[in-house]
Amino acid sequence: MIVLSRLPSWQRRSRLIGLISDLISRPSGAVGLFLICLHLGLAIGGPWIAPYDFKAISTKALLQGPSLAHLLGTDHLGRDILSRTLLGGREAILVTSLATPLAMMWGGLVGIYFGLVGGRVDDVLMRVVDAFLSLPWILKMLVIIVTFGTGIGILIPTLAFFYGIPVIRVARAATHDVVARDFIQAAKARGHRTLTIIWREIMPNVRDALLVEGAMRWSWMLLAFSSLSFLGFGVSPPNPDWGLMISDARGFMSFAPVGVIAPVIALSTLIIGINLTADALAKALGLDRTQKAPV
Amino acid sequence: MVRMIPRRLALGAITVFLVSTIIFAGVELLPGDACTAFLQRDAQGKLLDNCRAELGLNRPAVERYVEWASGALTGDLSVSAKGRQPISEIVGIRLRNTLLLASGAAMIGVPLALVFGVWAALRRDRLTDLTISTLAIGFMTVPEFVSATVMILVFSIWLNWLSGIIIISPDAPLIEFIPKIVLPVLVLTFVMTAHILRTVRSSVINTLASDFVQMAVLKGVPYWQVIIRHVLPNALLPVINVVALTIAWLLGGVVVIETVFNYPGLGRLMIDSITDRDLPVTQAIALIIATIYVGVNLAADILAMIVNPRLRTLKARQE
Amino acid sequence: MTGLDTDHRCVLSVGNLSVGFSDREKQIRPILRNIDFRIHAGETVGIVGESGSGKSTFALAMMGYLKAGLHRVDGRVTVNGCDMFVALPQALERIRGRQVALVPQNPAQALTPSLTIGAHIREALRLHSDLVGEAIDRRAIELLAQVRLPHPDILLARYPHELSGGQQQRVAIAMALAGAPDILVLDEPTTGLDVTTQAHILMLLRELARERSMAMIYVSHDLGAIAQVAERIVVMYAGEIVLDGPTRSVLRSPHHPYAKGLLASIPRFSAASRPLPLHGRPPAPGQAGSACGFVGRCPLETEQCRTQRPDFVALSANEASRCHHISRLAEWPETRKTEAVLRDHGAAQEILKIDALSVTYARPSLIDQIRGRPSRAPKTVDDITLSLRRGEALGLVGESGSGKSTILKALAGLVPMEAQQAVLDGSQDLTRRLELRRPEELRRVQIIFQNPDESLNPRQTIFDILAQPLMLYFGLTGSDLRARCEALLEQVRLGAHYLDRFPGQLSGGEKQRVAIARAFAAEPDLVLCDEITSALDVSVQAAVLDLIETLRREKNTTIVFVSHDLAVVRSVADKIAVLYQGRLCEMGPVADVYASPSHPYTQALLGATLEPDPDLHPTLLALDVTEAGPPPKGCVFQNRCHKKLSGRCDEEIPAWALSDMQHQTRCHLIA
Repeated sequence: MIVLSRLPSWQRRSRLIGLISDLISRPSGAVGLFLICLHLGLAIGGPWIAPYDFKAISTKALLQGPSLAHLLGTDHLGRDILSRTLLGGREAILVTSLATPLAMMWGGLVGIYFGLVGGRVDDVLMRVVDAFLSLPWILKMLVIIVTFGTGIGILIPTLAFFYGIPVIRVARAATHDVVARDFIQAAKARGHRTLTIIWREIMPNVRDALLVEGAMRWSWMLLAFSSLSFLGFGVSPPNPDWGLMISDARGFMSFAPVGVIAPVIALSTLIIGINLTADALAKALGLDRTQKAPV
Repeated sequence: MVRMIPRRLALGAITVFLVSTIIFAGVELLPGDACTAFLQRDAQGKLLDNCRAELGLNRPAVERYVEWASGALTGDLSVSAKGRQPISEIVGIRLRNTLLLASGAAMIGVPLALVFGVWAALRRDRLTDLTISTLAIGFMTVPEFVSATVMILVFSIWLNWLSGIIIISPDAPLIEFIPKIVLPVLVLTFVMTAHILRTVRSSVINTLASDFVQMAVLKGVPYWQVIIRHVLPNALLPVINVVALTIAWLLGGVVVIETVFNYPGLGRLMIDSITDRDLPVTQAIALIIATIYVGVNLAADILAMIVNPRLRTLKARQE
Repeated sequence: MTGLDTDHRCVLSVGNLSVGFSDREKQIRPILRNIDFRIHAGETVGIVGESGSGKSTFALAMMGYLKAGLHRVDGRVTVNGCDMFVALPQALERIRGRQVALVPQNPAQALTPSLTIGAHIREALRLHSDLVGEAIDRRAIELLAQVRLPHPDILLARYPHELSGGQQQRVAIAMALAGAPDILVLDEPTTGLDVTTQAHILMLLRELARERSMAMIYVSHDLGAIAQVAERIVVMYAGEIVLDGPTRSVLRSPHHPYAKGLLASIPRFSAASRPLPLHGRPPAPGQAGSACGFVGRCPLETEQCRTQRPDFVALSANEASRCHHISRLAEWPETRKTEAVLRDHGAAQEILKIDALSVTYARPSLIDQIRGRPSRAPKTVDDITLSLRRGEALGLVGESGSGKSTILKALAGLVPMEAQQAVLDGSQDLTRRLELRRPEELRRVQIIFQNPDESLNPRQTIFDILAQPLMLYFGLTGSDLRARCEALLEQVRLGAHYLDRFPGQLSGGEKQRVAIARAFAAEPDLVLCDEITSALDVSVQAAVLDLIETLRREKNTTIVFVSHDLAVVRSVADKIAVLYQGRLCEMGPVADVYASPSHPYTQALLGATLEPDPDLHPTLLALDVTEAGPPPKGCVFQNRCHKKLSGRCDEEIPAWALSDMQHQTRCHLIA
């Protein structure tokens, strides 16, 4: 929190600005933020930049290599790869950027509450959470998707629910760390209500850990989303999606590799950007980070 | 410590029990049942009644659960909706194949991660570390299907060293698998190694900063002795749990790899059974994977207890 | 500088050493500046300084070691002729442990958790002695015996976490002695240890130094400890040595303003005077500039001090000081000896009455739970009976495990307690849990914690922190709220501009003052102080104690003050209660108890307390044993008492015996 303690009072409101400037000053943060902004820009402005309609099939120009007409060539249905790549992240980014805050909120609140309450209830809850986490995520996601469909209205709540569960663990651990400290005891001794203590005392201290966790969650969710699309359970054709594109172009890799390479680069740069930003964020907020296996 | 092990085992058993109820309840809560799911549009009339009778779906949920669970304990996982085949047979073979992949990846990946993780930590922020860390981050952040696809592109298509897609019968003897699975094992290994390596590196860096390492240096202990006697035994303790988590996660992540390489393993079976809406098979696979997950974590906890003197004696003193 | 008899060779010398770190703008920020220091064979020197003085960096630098981020800017450190910062790693490995050895500050952290004690000692012996095989094991046992550890053969197989703090420190000393070094560097070796343990370790060190004619460099903030072991004292401030001279001279008539101020701010219990606070704070590490570091705090300060850094100048053959105005020290304002006024509270009403209070942490075993019986383990705190009048200050003293903090937490409602009676002001039942107390009741009891870093929420401004009790108890808002906060800050002598700062921007002493302001904001009847000065620097403690006393007088608040430091308690309390393992041993007016302690434990505690006076030596009475809990029956002190009557003391809990003037003791010998 060295960043904050140097800020005079009137800049307290601009904590966000201070944080961002700290991020930019670090090389990993600068690159990461740039990549994220680039992709967000493409996601929003893509339809105006893309030279062709992503649906436009052309039987004459199948699997063509890069040319002046199609900068990245065409896919197995004659569609322009550049356009599809530019637009390929839209649904993924939309779904995950809505699902991540939802996941953080519900997982965070539950985790903080039970971290505070403790006792038997907390023990039982943790057993249940552990049991849930022992099932592979693909299984859980696929069962829901196959039963209820792949619309955005299904994907967002499902992703939010399943990815919120490990957040319970993280929030609970962070809460345990904070609750042990004297200023919580002092607040209790004064007689503040539990909700007040959560909001005033705990949240501001847990916020940072959850912020970094949130960034990582977003990248893992993107990973999951693109894996689902790859397997055929995510975005429905003809909508472009990087995972789907890779899956479709796989069979033609030997002679038309651009169809695979383009979405690979697009997807990788976004995920790496988020990871770099999360790393820089952790350092800026003074948090120690160890990589965990994504669940 | 001896008293801790049964307690830990009991805890594991409870978790498996909880999982089985979650799985069963989850399936129950889905609209319809195994038969309507499988038959889909044909689910009506005689066909539906026969199906339900054969799978015993007319009985109350609790009774079905008990039968399923007790059967599972003895290795009998009932029959599939598709073709009424005994599930244990189908699953057994696929499980064997997947374990081959997973154990191959683990046996190569874990030592690799330890060596490179320690090396990167000792050469922190220098070229070696930057290279290793960047590669690790690369394999961690990029989805497995991307890594797999890229590796097929490079090693199979461009260099033509290894075969990309695997064509083999699921029941084939293990020996025949081995030459064909080089690429999928490689991909799995790299992803596993990347995760574990990052943790090893963090842990070693943290331990290097601790007071007792400083004390050892100030005692005049030579550099390599400090690393081997003081740093590693303490830095590698938290790694045990991460290795377990990664191995367990492997079981889920292997699904994508098996799809990319067309490998006849448990992951493929899971996807197929879900697509076919064959709920009994899906249920069984879920239970098996969850049990393996719990088992691996259990083994890690016990190993950690054996290796960490603080856990051993502190617990004993608390008894 | 400090030349002693020439037949003692100089074993370690530091010449013009400067150490610093590079900040973000690539500027060099100094941590140590122009340090000149020499030590000779067999000499013991104490290096004293507070936090930020650079003494720990100096201690490590003497071994040629600097923490990551620091580098040597200038100067050298020479051990037996070898330049430590230029030598090759192999050479350093041969010197460290063999010629100069370190006893670390925090032995619990400094011993490798995965290695047994035996492994630690054997490693040292293999590296620094010529012994092999069985001879190593035998020597290891010898070393452990030399540091007075019981059952050394069994100890060899134990792990560090199985030992107590005192035992761990002795192991660290044994490890350091393994190489038979010429120089022993000790970095705060007794900090964190109990008073009685500390006294034993110091005695051990004195004997060892004498037996082996080892040079010892004892780094500490505790002048009392240094006074016991050192012949010479070096005072450090803001990264510089400001005073270097013989112990008696430095402690009785120091020739430096900081040293004078420091000594005046240390509470003594032999004299009944209040310590004088040293106002202001030292420059932050790395911030020292071209002025004297003591600027802003010195009564003798002139323009010269603000612009020119004083040189380190020899005053005599064995004394040197760094000050422009050494000759003017005679003008030092006389320490106002504020006699502790015997506060007469006889007329005041009784405000706190506690009868047979007990607290138990242990959960009943499974069997007892099933049978519905309470836990059979001995209670953490038992049979506490005392009463206080309005405006009185009670000191609760004891070592670790005495239960003193537990009692405070019980009174605050943070920990469940049982009592026959626990009443505040005749009406409020204190046995009621926190959740059941009404806001008005909660307002009247306030608690201040030990560690100011922990007791203030780092994410709230000082205004937020002070506003909380005001909003909660009085419903203040808006400009009223702000005005009241400013008034509170003024009471604790902090300016209104602190309101918008965060705790991270304040020093330890300032934070603690905010914590005090927060407690008194509620206008409480009872303020519970849990070791509120223990985490602060010595010179800052006096200001905090002063503040408590002032607030108490002005508002007639009753105080319960917990501390392990008997001298601190002396300057604050009217009454004192001595605790051991959760049971009361002795109680009475503080002057009385200190002058004529009747309980053997009180005698041991008082005897072990160190004063910064080389002629006052601690007497070691209690056996050096660490207990995990109270004994199941009989007197609580039976396992350590030097006057124990076997038989009676083992079986019966002694009754209270009243000597006079409300001075009570619980001991079979008195009854």
